[in-house]
Amino acid sequence: MSLAALTPDTDIALWLNQQTEKSLLRFLTCGSVDDGKSTLIGRLLYDSQLILDDQLASLKKESHNRTVGDEGIDFSLLVDGLTAEREQGITIDVAYRFFSTDKRKFIVADTPGHEQYTRNMATGASNAELALVLIDARKGVLTQTRRHSFILSLIGVKHVVLVVNKIDLVDYDEAIFDRIVAEYRAFAEPLGFSTLAAVPVSALRGDNILAKSGRTPWFDGVPLVPYLETIQVAEDRTLGKMRFPVQWVNRPNLDFRGFSGTVASGVVKVGDEVLIASSRRPAVVKSIVTMDGELSQAVAGQAVTLVLDREVDISRGDMLTHAGETPEFSNQFQARVVWMSEEPAYPGRSYLLKLGTQLVPATITDLKFRTNVNTLEQTAATKVDLNEVATVTIATDKPIAFDAYTSNALTGGFILVDRISNATLGAGRIDFGLRRAQNLTYQNFDVNRDVRSQMKGQQAKIVWFTGLSGSGKSSIANLLEKRLTAEGRHAYILDGDNVRHGLNKDLGFTEAARVENIRRVAEVARLMADAGLIVLVSFISPFEKERRLAREIAGDIDFVEVYVDTPLEVCESRDPKGLYKRARAGEIKNFTGIDSPFEPPTTPELVLHGAENEPAVLAEHLHGWLKI
Amino acid sequence: MTSGSLTHLQSLEAESIEILREVAASFERPVMMYSIGKDSSVLLHLARKAFFPSKIPFPLLHVNTTWKFREMIAFRDAMAEKHGFDLISHTNPEGLANGINPFDHGSSRFTDIMKTQALRQALDAGRYDAAIGGARRDEEKSRAKERIFSHRNASHAWDPKNQRPELWRVFNTRLNPGESMRVFPISNWTELDVWTYIYSEGIELPSLYYAKSRPVVDRQGTLIMVDDERFRLEPGEQPRQEVVRFRTLGDYPLTGAIRSDAATLPGIIMEMQASRTSEREGRLIDSDSVGSMEKKKQEGYF
Repeated sequence: MSLAALTPDTDIALWLNQQTEKSLLRFLTCGSVDDGKSTLIGRLLYDSQLILDDQLASLKKESHNRTVGDEGIDFSLLVDGLTAEREQGITIDVAYRFFSTDKRKFIVADTPGHEQYTRNMATGASNAELALVLIDARKGVLTQTRRHSFILSLIGVKHVVLVVNKIDLVDYDEAIFDRIVAEYRAFAEPLGFSTLAAVPVSALRGDNILAKSGRTPWFDGVPLVPYLETIQVAEDRTLGKMRFPVQWVNRPNLDFRGFSGTVASGVVKVGDEVLIASSRRPAVVKSIVTMDGELSQAVAGQAVTLVLDREVDISRGDMLTHAGETPEFSNQFQARVVWMSEEPAYPGRSYLLKLGTQLVPATITDLKFRTNVNTLEQTAATKVDLNEVATVTIATDKPIAFDAYTSNALTGGFILVDRISNATLGAGRIDFGLRRAQNLTYQNFDVNRDVRSQMKGQQAKIVWFTGLSGSGKSSIANLLEKRLTAEGRHAYILDGDNVRHGLNKDLGFTEAARVENIRRVAEVARLMADAGLIVLVSFISPFEKERRLAREIAGDIDFVEVYVDTPLEVCESRDPKGLYKRARAGEIKNFTGIDSPFEPPTTPELVLHGAENEPAVLAEHLHGWLKI
Repeated sequence: MTSGSLTHLQSLEAESIEILREVAASFERPVMMYSIGKDSSVLLHLARKAFFPSKIPFPLLHVNTTWKFREMIAFRDAMAEKHGFDLISHTNPEGLANGINPFDHGSSRFTDIMKTQALRQALDAGRYDAAIGGARRDEEKSRAKERIFSHRNASHAWDPKNQRPELWRVFNTRLNPGESMRVFPISNWTELDVWTYIYSEGIELPSLYYAKSRPVVDRQGTLIMVDDERFRLEPGEQPRQEVVRFRTLGDYPLTGAIRSDAATLPGIIMEMQASRTSEREGRLIDSDSVGSMEKKKQEGYF
């Protein structure tokens, strides 16, 4: 519809409808330095008549002494925004550009080709549905081309257009085009793109941009813009499993409590039963509130406020889902990370992980291998450097809700943040959770912990003993259990060494294995306490993080941390199992107190001084303190 | 990322609301810049939507150079009254005491003292850790590279080489003491998106955007409205009535009007679509030198 034919007020609604009905395509351009990305985008803006008169005038002035096309303009000047870049002649950051044709609106991320700025390309790719991979016809497929294509597949861009640029500089030679396309297709085959088209263009001269060029009669494909206007890329995220990450608790007064957020995928309707991913507690959606009125349903992409039918404990970072299609909820997963910082990533170092609205401390527990982005070969590594991609396992300080990145990028993509500088160090995509219980929904039974505890005439709880080997943990726990049993209570001791012989005999002593060891013991303790027992856990558990994990797993169960504080010399002189002697002799590595640290608890419920009193006295004191 | 069932404008609206909520949830002392123009009006509307039924959970800050169009101030106060938001108005007290004005001190010095420095003063005084602004990436070349959450060091400066990568919708909102964030929720909107949204949502704007007979003088091809008696007329110069409107609003002696008959929103949208001049051309401060906006940003201008 032409504007000239319209009169204000009467036809504007028609025209506006035409505007809003246009679909949106977000794409990025990537390739090596000097492949002509900025020139191509400038050409797209120019050809879609987005360059206004005053911009054109200043552009012609600035194009003096530069390589120009038939129009007398250096198109790259349109998009190279920063003075520093103009001086260096390279694009150093992601720039977003907007243009539209009669059929579509486009948001273009212009991403840099310079090697040190690969992180920006991953950034541009994370919000793009399609990528233009530029190649200089004179140079062919380069290392950067491979690197960028690999990152595209890693970030999950499904559609690629190979733009063989500067075809005018190789005399529009068909053989050169065919050779480049064949080489690229062979490389890209394992990357699994859904579509891959190739176009020979000259961004400077405008060949095969809007229409077929007479200078490439041999090209039988679709020119660039018509291709971008018509390719179908939209995945319908409303078809996915419902994910509603709670972003902000909306509480204007005591009568209203809503949960604001954006539906990440699927559809949520009034009357739906939803589950809170962390607590697995159910609730029913009472209303969906917006300023434009209440809705009967909200679909993926909509920002709404949900009101539930009952008082439930929900805060920012929680995720609401439907029963039967809950996300994984775990504190360990395998992921691939792109490292974006000069400071390398090391296993064991603590970072902040942000996934959706969840923010938790996290550690890379295992660095499995590094992927060579040029050959896709996997090699062993001890650290991850800037612009490298590695496969890792990550443990978070508390469980988080997530999906595999392939099923949902918004609930499977995360960033890692430095705990001191707060810089964004890397980005990752979750491959799978390492606690494979994701499809289980907690069943609420009528006979619950309270009922079972009452039958036993006691209050279920977990008493967690921490302290050095030989500090007296097991002796005290043993005496306490005898005393409780004599009184008719039901108690049970979980001992670190004994558990290693059975439940955890498959675990070694790597950091990941230690975390898993603690997690399993904490889970068993929780189950036993849920059965109504008083659980006494005797475990060195030297790290604050591990003890915090155990406490978090215990959830609402009464958790008592007892620190048996006995000096190392005393423990070593006792050496009931002869372990200190062996550790001193170097026969045991990573032995707590010898060559591995013990982090004393900062806020234990109770401290028992193992060197000052006999175990019997301490057990008696603890018994009195517990008031069982 | 697009969703199959939302229109382009609905997607943009939802994205902006998500960003506004992220600010409210992540920062201790956010503030929203309110410049009374069309982008600010859209931002205000989005903020009301984001937090409904709660009121906007942060104040709105207007940096008043004292040279705004009189109607802008009246409109500002009417909006605060109508929507019940917390309005803070700040003027650089030294600038005021020294009588800094665009006539004697030139546009760049006036802007530096009454806008850039005034903004820093207001942000420091409020100890705001996040300032929300209505800038769009399509406005100007250096803005095309701006992050949605744009990190500023303790002296409010923007380092283009030290910006955080923004992947998906995961924003790193962490700050060290003294640092702050500028947040641009309508980064991905174009000027046409803003106008069509104003139209479809019925958002109120100051009447300065609509064509009307106004007293103007011609200064080197730019039409300047004589809004009050402080305006310095050249010897022999007489304001004449012309039917004009404004494409952007700011300090009246520095804001060029355009000759136009567009007295309704549809008329404006159609005129804009047919026009061949970029939006910022009416702002005199940008044409000083190449890269002037980038330089101002590094100094802390919004």
